[in-house]
Amino acid sequence: MMEYSKKNGDRAPVASKPLKVAPHGLESDIGSKVEVEINGKAYKVPIGMTILDACKKQNIHIPTLCYHEDLCLAGVCRICVVEVEGMRSLQAACTYPITNRMKIKTSSEQVRKARRHVIDLLLSEHYGECYSCHRNGNCELQKLSKEYGVDSYRFGHVIERRHNVDHSSYSVVRDMDKCVLCKRCVRTCIDLQEVGVLESTNRGYDTTITTFNDLPLAEVICINCGQCINRCPTAALRANDPSHFIWEAIDNPKKHVVCQTAPSPRAAIGEEFGLAPGHSMTKQLNTALRMIGFDRVFDTNFAADLTIMEEGTELLLRLKRSLVNGDKSVHLPQFTSCSPGWVKYIEHFYPEYLDYLSSCKSPQQMFGSLLKTFYAEEHNIDPAEIVTVAIMPCSAKKFECNRPEMTASGFKDVDFGLTTRELAQMIREAGLRLPELPPSNFDDPFGEASGAGLIFGATGGVMEAALRTAYELVTGRTVPFENLNIEACRGMEGIKQASVLLTGLKPEWAFLEGVNLKFMIAHGTANAKKVMEMLKAGELADFHFIEIMGCPGGCIGGGGQPIPTSGEIRKLRAKAIYEEDAGLPIRKSHENPNVNYIYEKFLTDGPCGHKSHKLLHTHYVKRGKYIV
Amino acid sequence: MPIINNKELFPTDYNDRILIEALKKTPQDIIYEIRESGLKGRGGAGFPTGTKWNLASAAVAEKKFVVCNADEGEPGTFKDRVLLTDYLPMVIDGITLGGRAIGAQKGYIYLRGEYRYMLGRLENYIAQMISENRLGNNILGTGFDFTIEIRLGAGAYICGEESALIESMEGHRGEARNRPPFPVNRGYFCYPTIVNNVETFASVAVIISKGADWFKSFGTSKSPGKKLLSVSGDCRKPGVYEVPFGINVKELLKLVDARKTKAVQIGGASGYCLPRSQFDRTISFEDASTGGSVIIFNQTRDMLSVLKNFQEFFVEESCGQCTPCRVGNKKLLDGVEKIEQGECSISYIRELMDLGRSMQMASKCGLGQSAPNSFISIVTHFENEIFSSR
Ligand SMILES: Cc1cc2nc3c(=O)[nH]c(=O)nc-3n(C[C@H](O)[C@H](O)[C@H](O)COP(=O)(O)O)c2cc1C
Ligand code: SF4
Ligand code: SF4
Ligand code: SF4
Ligand code: SF4
Ligand code: FES
Repeated sequence: MMEYSKKNGDRAPVASKPLKVAPHGLESDIGSKVEVEINGKAYKVPIGMTILDACKKQNIHIPTLCYHEDLCLAGVCRICVVEVEGMRSLQAACTYPITNRMKIKTSSEQVRKARRHVIDLLLSEHYGECYSCHRNGNCELQKLSKEYGVDSYRFGHVIERRHNVDHSSYSVVRDMDKCVLCKRCVRTCIDLQEVGVLESTNRGYDTTITTFNDLPLAEVICINCGQCINRCPTAALRANDPSHFIWEAIDNPKKHVVCQTAPSPRAAIGEEFGLAPGHSMTKQLNTALRMIGFDRVFDTNFAADLTIMEEGTELLLRLKRSLVNGDKSVHLPQFTSCSPGWVKYIEHFYPEYLDYLSSCKSPQQMFGSLLKTFYAEEHNIDPAEIVTVAIMPCSAKKFECNRPEMTASGFKDVDFGLTTRELAQMIREAGLRLPELPPSNFDDPFGEASGAGLIFGATGGVMEAALRTAYELVTGRTVPFENLNIEACRGMEGIKQASVLLTGLKPEWAFLEGVNLKFMIAHGTANAKKVMEMLKAGELADFHFIEIMGCPGGCIGGGGQPIPTSGEIRKLRAKAIYEEDAGLPIRKSHENPNVNYIYEKFLTDGPCGHKSHKLLHTHYVKRGKYIV
Repeated sequence: MPIINNKELFPTDYNDRILIEALKKTPQDIIYEIRESGLKGRGGAGFPTGTKWNLASAAVAEKKFVVCNADEGEPGTFKDRVLLTDYLPMVIDGITLGGRAIGAQKGYIYLRGEYRYMLGRLENYIAQMISENRLGNNILGTGFDFTIEIRLGAGAYICGEESALIESMEGHRGEARNRPPFPVNRGYFCYPTIVNNVETFASVAVIISKGADWFKSFGTSKSPGKKLLSVSGDCRKPGVYEVPFGINVKELLKLVDARKTKAVQIGGASGYCLPRSQFDRTISFEDASTGGSVIIFNQTRDMLSVLKNFQEFFVEESCGQCTPCRVGNKKLLDGVEKIEQGECSISYIRELMDLGRSMQMASKCGLGQSAPNSFISIVTHFENEIFSSR
């Protein structure tokens, strides 16, 4: 259903906005039904529904390219044109709202001709060949060419590069020679994420997608979320793939190559091997990683549990300083800091609010610094020979591990961030069929993790994990929710909020007695922006803890996850994670024996102690929006 | 340069006190009169003005806007410039009546970037109108508030297309919007907006003062009234002419004293090229339709270079958002260049003609939909000339 959405201060132009349309301007008619004829058959559809949506409902296929269900409408590729009786020209099915009885033909001669012309025109400006392309086999342009039986380049083909590939960013590679100007990336960046890095420039035939002043991506305010990659139909945008270096390390007998895998890749990687979304591959993945040649396979969830201990303690300390000491300089609510896309977003857009951000590193980075210190010591391995690979759903993690702050171990804590997609490629290259591999467990000592660490992957997961631990810490009782499932934290609503009343507390936490712990959860930076505006307006003064994930849906929708993505796919991935959590023996971070072990053996001054401050916490950079 | 011939529609002695009388009419009466007159938009598309205003007036919204499209970007048109220079009171009164009719309090003139030199004069005139209370609050005691502001374009042809114009007014790239919704429902900042051509507004002022019947006494039944034509090219008396709809090309050529004419391009670059054999066609919405541009080519002209010129224009002026127009125009230009070099097969030309038809059908806005018109008409009518000389 089309929706009118032009709010004040909205940065996306109406040209690419879905607008609600009522016949004769009567808004009250929207939603009531009207009869239409599609390919000679009559259907009843709600007024205002687009031709594309109406056809989808009836299983009538209309090809699309610039349309993406997560994004506002552009109507620019024109591949979806259909014939509407009585209209002089063809109409774009993806944008045309049904407002009256109309007769539609979805594959008449004229329609087929026009579509074929659109494909021919796109190919005539397209550089390269599919067999040497990152999106070979998963490219929408390729798919369209097949669908329309393209067997020649009617209007020519580009055989020499016309653009330089922008390799400047740690996270995103831009190859405009493969761009079909569908503007999905533009709409993703400015409308879905409200960052606004990409825009079209020039006019007519010279139109290209570019950044501010055509600067390299590393020099603009890109937050590395990779959401544009996930929605690019071609290989014009891709993640910065380090797998070549990882193979090199694996093939080098001197190197001790250790990997950690985040919760989200395992919930999605099956899609790369033809499985339907929503199948966890945790244990098969462990096997695959070993077969590829990783020396140790660890679970990032262990570090997620550690994050809960650190971040939870930090919150309690902030509360104590504020409530007991009356310290006015304490910044509350505390914001989570485990999403590097979100961290860079706040550094650029709200640098004056960085003190609200937890000083905790993300689980990936905590893990990295422990691997090259604690783990190296315990196992007597020269940290200089350890190569740490983080398998992540995220493109921003690639940037994060390259931040100069991330060298607490004396080395680069995490050497490489590898996305789900890139790992799938390595698995294929190793000749493995992931779904058919036997299951195996993670390696010790960081192999055991709680379900709390696992649910970090979905929006609301960090909050749920934190509550499971913090509530129990201060009350001595488990959280008052059935089966530990805090439903208020779950689901795909953009911004969620809830509260827990703290009563009957342990004596040492008595200062929190009667406090209504208020928390908020947001995912996607567009929602983060709303939250920050609330904070700015003083509307969050009575909130204590805020979870923000840079990507829509949280990490399961990260910029390194399998393509395609959609609301439904993200929901299924989240479901897989919650199901796995429900079946785990340990579901609270503070009950993870490895976590306790590390506080006994290594981080002996406890969470937020001196040593953990050095290794597990970080600081941020006031970047601002204007980069010189 | 004033209008050259008889000036019935746009008289030099336009009485700007007419506004006082006109504002006594109810909005419904104004719309009724305009509908009765059969006035169709003078900007090119020819949409019935009364219907447009009626839709905007019916739309429910807290604000509405009137926009006067003075982008005048079609190659070969300059009649709006004349109206803005010598007939400004009619244009301003027309805009004010538009505001009255649909219930808007604010009007804009979107002025072509190249007309910046007029800015001072236009603003002075508006200031004077305000000081005389013919604009501003409670105009002439009628309780109607209305002001007009000028916005400057930046030289893009596409910004003459009404939805791209609105995008540009909102501060965005000039790109056509998806339609529906049309501006009458969701226009400037999503408020109901009427966009009309300068000449349309000027005509409105006259229709309201002289009546629909008088207006309909000119022109044809489907194209009532008179039209300004900007005539340029190979003729002795180029300039702006006021002609009744229904005049045929031959008569027009005589009027402007054109000799040895080979072809006439009606409707500018996005219009059609008529060969001699079609000179009995009439200037009207139902036949050879034009927003005002008439370009005359005599025997000495090379039609291929004429075509190349137009085609280069589109390659550059397409907004570049949709595939058929952005890439299609380039392919047509490449084709023209191939013909130039004598390297284009007849079958490839057929292929391009076919492509042109797809562009007409599948492009997102009027620019892409009409861009292939020149290509198709010139190649069709002058195929022999184009190929034999190479
Ligand atoms: C590419 C393009 C350029 C246009 N340029 C102009 C223009 O310069 N002036 C104008 O009045 N209409 C122009 N139009 C037509 C407008 O979109 C719109 O139809 C017109 O302003 C409506 O006014 P009217 O109904 O009074 O003609 C253009 C249309 C297209 C597709
Ligand atoms: S982007 Fe798609 S169509 Fe282009 S070369 Fe790659 S796979 Fe082929
Ligand atoms: S990675 Fe994110 S911020 Fe950067 S360009 Fe893509 S969508 Fe925008
Ligand atoms: S970079 Fe990709 S998403 Fe962006 S316009 Fe080009 S093809 Fe579309
Ligand atoms: S037809 Fe041309 S001008 Fe119109 S939207 Fe498409 S590219 Fe832009
Ligand atoms: S999918 Fe409809 S225009 Fe691109």
